[in-house]
Amino acid sequence: MSWWKRKDPSLSAPTADDKEKTVKTEGLWLKCDSCSEIIWKKDLDKSLNTCVKCGFHFRIDAPERLDLIFDDAKWDEHDKSLTSTDPLHFTDSKPYKERLAGMRKLTSRNDALIAASGLIHGRKTQVCAMDLRFVGGSMGSVVGEKITRAIERCLVDRSPLVVISASGGARMQEGAISLMQMAKISSALMKLDEAAIPYISVLTDPTTGGVTASFAMLGDLNIAEPGALIGFAGPRVIEQTIRQKLPPGFQRSEFLLTHGFLDAVVKRQDMKDYFSKSFDFFLGPVQ
Amino acid sequence: MDVAVPRKDPAWERVQLARHAKRPHTLDYFQRLFTGFSEIHGDRFFGDDPAIVCGMGFFNGQPVMALGQEKGRDTKQKLHRNFGMPKPEGYRKSMRVMNLAAKFKRPIICLLDTPGAYPGLDAEERGQAEAIAISLREMARLPVPVISVIIGEGGSGGALAMGVANRVYMMENTVYSVISPESCAAIIWRDSGKAELAAAALRLTAPDLLELGLIDGIIAEPPGGAHNDFDLSATYLSDAIKKSLDGMSSWTAKQLVDQRYDKFRKMGNFFEEVG
Repeated sequence: MSWWKRKDPSLSAPTADDKEKTVKTEGLWLKCDSCSEIIWKKDLDKSLNTCVKCGFHFRIDAPERLDLIFDDAKWDEHDKSLTSTDPLHFTDSKPYKERLAGMRKLTSRNDALIAASGLIHGRKTQVCAMDLRFVGGSMGSVVGEKITRAIERCLVDRSPLVVISASGGARMQEGAISLMQMAKISSALMKLDEAAIPYISVLTDPTTGGVTASFAMLGDLNIAEPGALIGFAGPRVIEQTIRQKLPPGFQRSEFLLTHGFLDAVVKRQDMKDYFSKSFDFFLGPVQ
Repeated sequence: MDVAVPRKDPAWERVQLARHAKRPHTLDYFQRLFTGFSEIHGDRFFGDDPAIVCGMGFFNGQPVMALGQEKGRDTKQKLHRNFGMPKPEGYRKSMRVMNLAAKFKRPIICLLDTPGAYPGLDAEERGQAEAIAISLREMARLPVPVISVIIGEGGSGGALAMGVANRVYMMENTVYSVISPESCAAIIWRDSGKAELAAAALRLTAPDLLELGLIDGIIAEPPGGAHNDFDLSATYLSDAIKKSLDGMSSWTAKQLVDQRYDKFRKMGNFFEEVG
């Protein structure tokens, strides 16, 4: 019998309780989605979540983006308390109300967009950043209202506007009300246009559907991060329509640049300087 | 006593009526609403999109610019019209024509009937999203009366790109939605066969949109649906357009722009903490 039984218990495998024996590696190293390079997390933080080898831009959430853009990572949030009312009483695999509650818990945000203001190289700017984690960054009443109010703030004090998009499009759980947000925001941008207040639209991975087909394509300058998926219809829908595979690079930033729909592809590291240079050009140096 | 007959979901019934093969299309209405219609082609950049028909016409003797999405009747026409799914050049044509109307102060009448903007490779290459976005913004600026009527399917952004209007009406048996019930069902249940459920959830019928405050009114249809009597449907449509045009006839350009703006500005439902 002793042939098959371990006599010495000290040789047993480490259990979850033996904390000092296990080395926690999760989160220390990351594999690049594009070139498969193994990257040390600290290096990734230093490079603003872009691959140190190939420059691939990892997705980041809205607060991180705002920290990168504003001077000293300081910004004020506006209209934070806006929340969706579930006007359709929409229920799919679970009620929309529950879905929203879950999302709020996950992201500790009320909806898929943060409206902020602060200084960019000393210039007061309104910046809206979308958060892909919240129902796919989809646009419903709250997103529509927050952007429209940001535009109205711009109209009051003539501060320029930046909207950073990351979205699957209009939020179907709010039905046609989501659709009308496209008209609402675009109409407000008409006023901004007439007032000659500059607006830069930044498209990040991914920006599709009703978001691309409204405010994201209406910037005085439309720019994108490298490699971002940008389109009206998603690639899967197009493949089903034309019944063939799409060519590589289709609907990526560089594709849109060569087809004339972007003014520039700008790396995350250069984004802030790009804003301030453009605003200096449009409005003159900061007083 | 009546025996309760199990009925299909009313929303799904409307979807089917809105897509009815014999339903009057834009060109059927144009024939009956306008005299001396003269079509305007092309976007001046790339081509002419047959999915959108635009032109000059006279409505009760009044010069108006008429635009509409046309699905086509038989197979050949349907292919020619791309089933009423416009491409970017279609939206650029429609915007060019609307700006022409604005220049000469002619009211604009848009008939909306599309499954959606075309989701194809060429449409993406030529900037489908940009074409729609520009239409939304530029329609907001139009200094003339704009009336849009959903006469069949109001397919998402593809319909809205001709729907930023002072007055938006839906015919009784039409739908207006952010996504087609089939696509919605495919996303939620991974089964486009559950479109019937999705149609109900999306609240896409004319009474739904009126209740949500997203449209200005509903135009009646002949008993059983518009396909039963084209002439009567056109008469109802004509009456509604006439009433609406008359109501705005004395408005200034600024009033028109402001009213349109304020209407869309108010759309949206949300809670807000006060304080």
